[in-house]
Amino acid sequence: MTSDADCRIAFSETLVALAESDSRIVAVANDSVGSSNLKEFRRRFPDRLINVGIAEQNLVGVSAGLASAGKIPFTCGASCFLTGRALEQIKVDVAYSRHNVKLCGMSSGMAYGELGPTHHSIEDLAWTRAIANLTVIVPADPIETAQAVRAAAAMDGPVFLRISRMPVPRVSGDEPFEIGRAITLREGSDLTIVAAGVTVSRALEAARLLEADGISAAVLNLSTIRPLDRESVERAASRGPIVTVEEHTVYGGLGSAVAEVVVTSHPVRMRLLGVPGVFAPTGSAEFLLQHFGLTPEGIRDAARSVVRA
Amino acid sequence: MTHEIEPEHIYAVSVGDRARRIRLASLRMVHAAGMGHPGGDLSCADILATLFFHALRIDAARPQDPARDRFVLSKGHASAALYATLAEAGFFPHERLAAYMKPLSMLNGHPDRCKVPGVEANTGPLGHGLPISVGMALAAKIDRADWRTFVLTGDGELQEGSNWEAVMAASQFRLDNLTVIVDRNRLQQGDTTERTVGLEPLADRWRAFGWGVVEVDGHDIAAMARAFAGLPAAAGRPTCVIASTFKGRGVSFIEDRVEWHHRVPTDAELAAAVAELGGDPR
Repeated sequence: MTSDADCRIAFSETLVALAESDSRIVAVANDSVGSSNLKEFRRRFPDRLINVGIAEQNLVGVSAGLASAGKIPFTCGASCFLTGRALEQIKVDVAYSRHNVKLCGMSSGMAYGELGPTHHSIEDLAWTRAIANLTVIVPADPIETAQAVRAAAAMDGPVFLRISRMPVPRVSGDEPFEIGRAITLREGSDLTIVAAGVTVSRALEAARLLEADGISAAVLNLSTIRPLDRESVERAASRGPIVTVEEHTVYGGLGSAVAEVVVTSHPVRMRLLGVPGVFAPTGSAEFLLQHFGLTPEGIRDAARSVVRA
Repeated sequence: MTHEIEPEHIYAVSVGDRARRIRLASLRMVHAAGMGHPGGDLSCADILATLFFHALRIDAARPQDPARDRFVLSKGHASAALYATLAEAGFFPHERLAAYMKPLSMLNGHPDRCKVPGVEANTGPLGHGLPISVGMALAAKIDRADWRTFVLTGDGELQEGSNWEAVMAASQFRLDNLTVIVDRNRLQQGDTTERTVGLEPLADRWRAFGWGVVEVDGHDIAAMARAFAGLPAAAGRPTCVIASTFKGRGVSFIEDRVEWHHRVPTDAELAAAVAELGGDPR
């Protein structure tokens, strides 16, 4: 296993490689050329890097206009501002208008840690997955990030990509990422842990800890939040209880998406781990994940309780 | 889409008569639908007619032609006027206007580019059209293409901050292929713009943001045609055409009355309005 890596690097390397062979690809940023890791893109394609300044509504509107004329904009901004500030533009200009814009929510979740709840993006999945026509993807590691960027570019339609800045270990196996398909990273017979993004490696670790208790946990990487892989979730529910783990509020995110399928197909016990409807206290990203129990141990404990309930 | 060419399209119709027809069709649509925004439809009818029947390089038979000029109606609530204009220009048959806001109609209360040929952007929430148009104009610049982008905004709409984000960006990017037309009818939903959150000195504000500005009578077709022929108004800069208009223009009892923002004419009012507008074969 390689050392932990920041998904933004895979994001920008892939984007530069794609832009090399497809002149339709442009990058649009809200002054976040540095934090969105777009400096190399700007160096290589100065005419195709559009920095609209600190203006997220214009960021998304301009992207829609570029897409209407055949460009493929990768529209980058800190996820908290991109989704929160420009939600109506995302809904109307991008999704409702079916414009081929790839919205890249950078440094999502609680990755900005100490900067506080203004800079946390723990509502973005709830907001974006409520919007019709919008594909919502949360890659788990650099390999999946690269695959997701390629898949988003290849797909004709609006996409929201949630990219973390927290270094994560490799979790991807041989099975390639495909939009709308969850990947079983580990088989198990007693329950399924469903995770996405930075929580996937923690879910895998929890499954290993559960072996000591004699509990066999499957781990499902649900990297596409919308459209949801109903079949995989139904299969998991038919096997036993489910624990969902997300770096997001438990209201409306991954856990809710899974629960919507579970209650209408195979109702089973569930535990929804995430941020329990509060603004986070001060602390580093890692501290906050621990604070909310989004650790291998926290996931293990939830899994135990749901299996033994 | 294919349809029979209607007789009106064979013979030249003056731009002024196009505007008259747009007004008539808009009022009939709002009356039939039982809802709409007639004041704003009528204030921009002359602007739309001048654009679609004089200034824009468009071909209704090829609505997706990559080289076409783009027109964005940012004041999307004037949808009746836009649909009437598009039908008049031949983007779809005039008969379809009867379905305005009817169940499952392609003619929503606010325009949908995915459903209506000739519609370039989905608008309705205010302050969206200008940012989208900046993106369009940028795309033309990147491609070194010579098609142009026109966007029609309301005046009250300029209270939305998103417009000024786009105004600054257009200036920064030196988008001399972008023209904003402000339908300056001085009224918004409930009052005058100046009594609500004032816009004056509007021309100075646009100039201060780095735009070329032309002030024109938005009901004077010849004057607007001259303004559009002289684009860009300032070399290397985007242009703002401030078109002074009257909401409800063309019908005496609707003109310049704030309550007609979204009032619906009664049968008798429609008949009186149609008579004032000189009637129409339809």
